[in-house]
Amino acid sequence: MLSRKEVAHLQADVLVIGAGGAGMYAAIEAARRGAASVLLVDRSLIGRGGATVMTQMTVAAAVAPDGEDHWRYHLADTLTAGRGLSDPKLAALLCEVGAECILEMDAWKVGWARDGDRFAAVQAPGHDRARCVYVDFLSTGPAVSRTLRAQVQRVGPAIRRIGEIAVTDLVVQDGAVTGATALHVASGQALTIGAAATIIATGGLTRLYGRNSASANMSGDGYALALRAGATLVDMEFVQFFPIGHLAPRLIGMDPIMWDPFRYKLGGRLLNGAMEEFLPRWGGDAENGKYSTTRDLATYAITKEAEAGRGSPSGGAWLSFTHVPEAELRGAFGPVIDRLARNGIDLTRDAIEVSPIAHYHMGGVRVDAAMRTDVPGLLAAGEAVGGANGANRLSGNAITEAFAFGRIAGAEAARIAAAAGTRAFNAAAAAPALERLHATAARGMNTAAMVERLQRVMSADVGPFRTVTGLARASVALEALRDELGDAPPGVPGTPQDLTRLDWFDLRQMILVAEAVVQGATARTESRGSHQREDFPEQDASWQVNQILQLAKDAARPDLSRVAVAA
Amino acid sequence: MIARLLIRRGGAGEAPRHEAFEIGFEPGESILDALRRLRVSQDPTLAFRYACINANACKECMMLLDGKVIYACTARLEAREMRLDPLPNKPLLRDLATVIAPPDERLG
Ligand SMILES: Cc1cc2nc3c(=O)[nH]c(=O)nc-3n(C[C@H](O)[C@H](O)[C@H](O)COP(=O)(O)OP(=O)(O)OC[C@H]3O[C@@H](n4cnc5c(N)ncnc54)[C@H](O)[C@@H]3O)c2cc1C
Ligand code: FES
Repeated sequence: MLSRKEVAHLQADVLVIGAGGAGMYAAIEAARRGAASVLLVDRSLIGRGGATVMTQMTVAAAVAPDGEDHWRYHLADTLTAGRGLSDPKLAALLCEVGAECILEMDAWKVGWARDGDRFAAVQAPGHDRARCVYVDFLSTGPAVSRTLRAQVQRVGPAIRRIGEIAVTDLVVQDGAVTGATALHVASGQALTIGAAATIIATGGLTRLYGRNSASANMSGDGYALALRAGATLVDMEFVQFFPIGHLAPRLIGMDPIMWDPFRYKLGGRLLNGAMEEFLPRWGGDAENGKYSTTRDLATYAITKEAEAGRGSPSGGAWLSFTHVPEAELRGAFGPVIDRLARNGIDLTRDAIEVSPIAHYHMGGVRVDAAMRTDVPGLLAAGEAVGGANGANRLSGNAITEAFAFGRIAGAEAARIAAAAGTRAFNAAAAAPALERLHATAARGMNTAAMVERLQRVMSADVGPFRTVTGLARASVALEALRDELGDAPPGVPGTPQDLTRLDWFDLRQMILVAEAVVQGATARTESRGSHQREDFPEQDASWQVNQILQLAKDAARPDLSRVAVAA
Repeated sequence: MIARLLIRRGGAGEAPRHEAFEIGFEPGESILDALRRLRVSQDPTLAFRYACINANACKECMMLLDGKVIYACTARLEAREMRLDPLPNKPLLRDLATVIAPPDERLG
């Protein structure tokens, strides 16, 4: 066992933090572009810890045969959905490079579904044509993860993969990132990592909310790591809620956004507590069995209908397929119908309850077209990046974004690593972060309960609908949590699988990220896309600006400013 | 309804012991629901592993229920005594958590 002073150290040309779609694509590309040692770490298991493996179905890309689609059409839809806030260069990369990645994934045998000699595709809301390829209902994510992981393995020794490593801080020397410190969760030991280039591919922040669709690993770590290292965040107020997250009855063995593919294939009817259609009342169209309502509008309609006292018993809406003949249900979703039966749900007879659930983050780390942050040596990729999707993301764009941005970041990281003049990692610069990893708080604390409190605060006052009063209340509550958290984690360093300590390190990031969301949401006195202010219900043309956040050295909270949307 | 969970505690090399926890639940809830709630309400130091919570996608939550391998996120709670143990054929980390990462994806 290592003594306190001898901390294990790993060295690489390129460090990739997070092994989801973005991280794995980045690692593959960095190695392909000549990086001799790529270190791919994840706080969970490689390829299993994040949102990628949970992806339901749709992957948006203009890959139809010539003339039938073009990435520029995809871009136009993406920019429309972003409601004036997208960085058009990033959005274009998502659409153009994304399509290349989808074809490359096909060559890697991911198994995109076919329709004759072309890719099968569905039309998701907000897309002007059928543009979303898929592997199969409910299995696109596992197929994508498996394919990328196999490809990573095929690269061979140039990529080293290590799970159970939670990165806690980036190491900054003379204003450049030279590596990271981490907690090896399995052993409880601290760790340092040196790298010429570091890519943040840690995914989103859904764990800030009690009801969320993704895994327990999405604490927004990447946003906090970037902020503390001196990088800039953008559009942090834009959290996407998925309107029809499963609410009741308790359903296990399936992720809570599983009803989306049902809506694609079978339409389905959204009904209020009195079993009436209600979307038109809130500005939607009568769907007539077709899935045409965008996410922000459906979220609005379901929440408002419930607030008006017309919700389903658990406070959401009913989703019903009872009008669909059993044969059609079975034809579309045979095995899933059986899994539902084991949960006591018979769709020919029962409607289920749904309500909005935190799902994706449009905001994130600000990068240029090479995925570089403002800090030398630091890049970002995937959902961790902000700006491509503006105020609202189209369905299917997130996986494409993860691939495209991962690929671009990997190439750039390899270039940086090969260039002369990158600073060598100096252990002294990691000292403060290591001290924290070796510390023990004087008093015990229940960090699991504190996580739950943070989630309650965010769900109650920083959900899809916000007011100045609610946001101020959230800000006070977060401040109290920060005080309670203190400067040192509870428990004994070196304890294997110590979730109490891990939660402490997570909370340290979650509180900072939550405050960033609250700050952005408080300042933006208008409603746009996924950010709805009840006290400012209209979209305001003068607010067609991005908000950015930066953390001054040793400051507790980031500074917020407005910048013009990139041209 | 109330389940009584008999949970194996301790790390590698420690004498095996079981600790009992009583926990209320709604029909349909999973063992993982109970373990996560126990950490919030009774003992935050309880060690187990999970990532995807609902989806049976990460495969991290494997353990023994009454001697049989289950996924904690898909096995349902029942109003009886349920004994939970770590996987027997994997090195123990602590409590219900074992080393399950492939050997070439581990540190050191
Ligand atoms: C249930 C569900 C269904 C979805 N369906 C679709 C869909 O149909 N179509 C679509 O386009 N998008 C969909 N999305 C969104 C999409 O899956 C994600 O946006 C995308 O997978 C993000 O990829 P990523 O690589 O950026 O992050 P992730 O895949 O989330 O990976 C991030 C990784 O970073 C790790 N990590 C986090 N913090 C740290 C740290 N501090 N140290 C080390 N590792 C860390 C995590 O463990 C995780 O493995 C869905 C999301 C969910 C949750
Ligand atoms: S928690 Fe992911 S499979 Fe059980």
